[in-house]
Amino acid sequence: MSITYLEAIREAQAKALREDPAVFIYGQDIAKFGGAFKATKNLARDFPGRVLDSPISEDAMMGMAIGAAIDGMRPIVEMQFADFSSLAFNQIINQAATHFWRTGVPCPLVVRLPSGGTAGSGPFHSQSVEAIYSHYPGLVILTPATVGDAYSMLLEAITLNDPVLFCEHKFLYYHLKADRLPEDRLPIGKARIVRSGLHATVVTYSAMLHESLRAAVELQKDGYEIEVVDLRSVKPLDTDTVLASVARTGRLLAVGEAFPWGGVTAEVVARVASEGFHLLDAPPRRLNSKDTPIPYHPNLWSVHRPTAASIESAIRELLKQ
Amino acid sequence: MMHTATITGGAATPTITSERFIEGFRWMLLSRTVEDKISALYTAGKIVGGVYLGRGQEAFSAALAMALRPGRDIFAPLIRDQAGRMAFGEPVIDTLRTYLGSVLGPMRGRDGNIHRGMPSNGVPAMISHLGSTISVVCGMLMARRFRGEQGIVGAATIGDGGTSTGACHEALNLAAVEKLPLILAVANNQFAYSTPVSRQFACENLADRACGYGMEGHTVDGTDLAACLAVFEKAVSRARSGSGPQLVVGKLLRLCGHGEHDDASYVPAEVRTRPENRDCLHAARQTMLENGWATPRELETMEAEAYETVQDAVSRAQRDPVPDASRETWAALASHWLIEGGKQ
Repeated sequence: MSITYLEAIREAQAKALREDPAVFIYGQDIAKFGGAFKATKNLARDFPGRVLDSPISEDAMMGMAIGAAIDGMRPIVEMQFADFSSLAFNQIINQAATHFWRTGVPCPLVVRLPSGGTAGSGPFHSQSVEAIYSHYPGLVILTPATVGDAYSMLLEAITLNDPVLFCEHKFLYYHLKADRLPEDRLPIGKARIVRSGLHATVVTYSAMLHESLRAAVELQKDGYEIEVVDLRSVKPLDTDTVLASVARTGRLLAVGEAFPWGGVTAEVVARVASEGFHLLDAPPRRLNSKDTPIPYHPNLWSVHRPTAASIESAIRELLKQ
Repeated sequence: MMHTATITGGAATPTITSERFIEGFRWMLLSRTVEDKISALYTAGKIVGGVYLGRGQEAFSAALAMALRPGRDIFAPLIRDQAGRMAFGEPVIDTLRTYLGSVLGPMRGRDGNIHRGMPSNGVPAMISHLGSTISVVCGMLMARRFRGEQGIVGAATIGDGGTSTGACHEALNLAAVEKLPLILAVANNQFAYSTPVSRQFACENLADRACGYGMEGHTVDGTDLAACLAVFEKAVSRARSGSGPQLVVGKLLRLCGHGEHDDASYVPAEVRTRPENRDCLHAARQTMLENGWATPRELETMEAEAYETVQDAVSRAQRDPVPDASRETWAALASHWLIEGGKQ
C-alpha cells in the first residue's frame, strides 16, 4: 500500500475531524464535490455539517474562520489555489495575524494553500506565497516537502493556537508517494538534513527539495557531497540547523520556487551572512524563479522555475568559487 | 423626515416603554459625556494618536446594543459606537484606559482608541479596514451554531462609506447563504470622512440592498431614540427567531469631524441646520421633558452623575501604569516556542 502527499493531507484532516469536535473545514467546492484537488474527498459524507462549501468570497471565508477561531473553534480553510489568498490578504495579515498580540485571545486556524507551479497552470494558479505572508508577525508558515510532513505538520498545525498558513505543493499532490504515514514527527520549527554532505549546503523547501536532491545525486557522480537541508517551516526558520550545516560545508546555495525579490532564500542568505559570515568559504548564492509572472506553456514554465539541472549548475558555480 | 421605523418583514412596531427610553437616554448621555471629555483630553495633548467620536449617532448605537444580551450575544462596534459599547457592558474605565494607553486596559497599550474589544465577552476588537469585521461576526455565530447554542444574535455596525467595501458585500452574502442571525446596523451619517453619499453610492436607500442579498431591510430615523429602540428590538427579535440576517439603516448626521483632527468644514451649513439632521441627544432630552419622564432638575442630576462617572474613570486611568518597553514580551504568537529570538 502507498499513500500520496494529497491523500496524507486528506487523512490528516479526517483524523483532526475525528479527534476534535472544534475542527471544521470551509472552502470552495470542498463538501460533496471533495475539493478541486479532492483533498476533502468523502469528508463531508463522513463528518456531516463540518465540511462546508463557501461562496466565492475569500475575504469573508477568512473573516468567518477568524471569528470562529476566536470563539473556540479550530477552522481549516481551503483556498482553492494559494494565488486566490491575495483576496483574503487583509483578513490574514491584519485580522488573524494581529489578533493574539492585540487582544491576548488566540486565533487558532489553518489556511491550506495549494501552492506552486505545475505545467500549464499559468500566472494565477501557480504562485508561491510563503514569503509575502512570512513578512508579517503573528503567522506560522509551513512548507512541507514530504508525504510524512504533509501529514504530521498539518496535524500539528491544527493543534497550534496561532494562524498557520499551510503551503502544500500541487506538484507533489499525486507524484509523491510513501509506503505509510509517519508514526513519529519532527516538530514544526525544525529543519531536516535530508542528505548529508561535505562540499556545499543547499537550503530549500517544498517541491524544490526534490529538484535539489536530484542535483545532489548528479554531483555525487563527480565526487561532490552536497548537504541538503529541508526547512519544512519557513517561519519560524531554523537558523541553527542551517548555520550548523554551513559550518560543515563552508558553502551555501538557497533554492526557492518563489519570485526572486526578497523572500525565503534572501532571508536564509541574510541570516547566514550576518550570523555565520566566518563560516563561509565563498559568497552565498540564491536560486529562485525568474522575475516575471509564471508562464503558461511548459517550454517556458520549465525554465522559469529552478530545476535539478539549474540547481546543479548553480552548485557547480558555487563550488568553483 | 422619518419619525417612525419603517419595517419590512411583518408585524407591528414594538412599543417602547418610558423605562426603556430613559435607559437609552442615559447611555446616550454617558456616551456624549465620555466623548466630550476625550475630546478635551485630546485638545490638551493628553492622548497619543487619533480620537474618533460618535456624536449624533448615540441613539442608533445605544438602541442596537440595548436590543442585545450582553454576555451572550455578539456586538462588533466600529468607531462611532461609544454608546453601544457601554450599553453592551464595556466599563467606562476601559474606554479611558485604552485612550490613555494604560496597561490595565483591554489593549494594554498595544492598540489604542477605538480599536479595542473583549472577544471573550462577545466584542471583537475592530481593525481599521472597514467591512472586515462583519464576516468575523459571521464566524462567531457559526461557532455558536456548531456548538448547538440556540437563539444567539450577532451585530456589526458600519457607516455609509463602509458599505462600499467588497468585504461588506462578501460578508452579507455569506450571512444570507448561512441564514445567520446577523444584524448589520448601517449608520448613514452622510459623510465618509469628507466624501458625501452622492460620491459613495447611487442607490436611493441603502436598505434596498437587503433584498438583493436575501435579507430583511429596515430604515429608521437615526435621530429618534424611540424609533431606533423599536427597529432594533424588531430586527433582533426576527434574527433571533430564525428569520436570517437583518440590515438596519439609520439616517442621521455625524455631528463632528471624522476624527477630532478634522473640523468637518466640508459639511455645508444648510446640511447642518436641516431639521432631520438634529442632535439625537437633544431630541431625546426634549422627549423626556415633553412626556414628563424627567423634570429639568432630574435631567441635571443625570448629567451630573454622568459627569461624575467620567471624571472618576479619567482620574483612575490617569494614575494607571503605562507600557514599559523593557517589560513587553514582543511575542506575536501564542505558541511561544515558535517565536524566533533576537537573531535578526
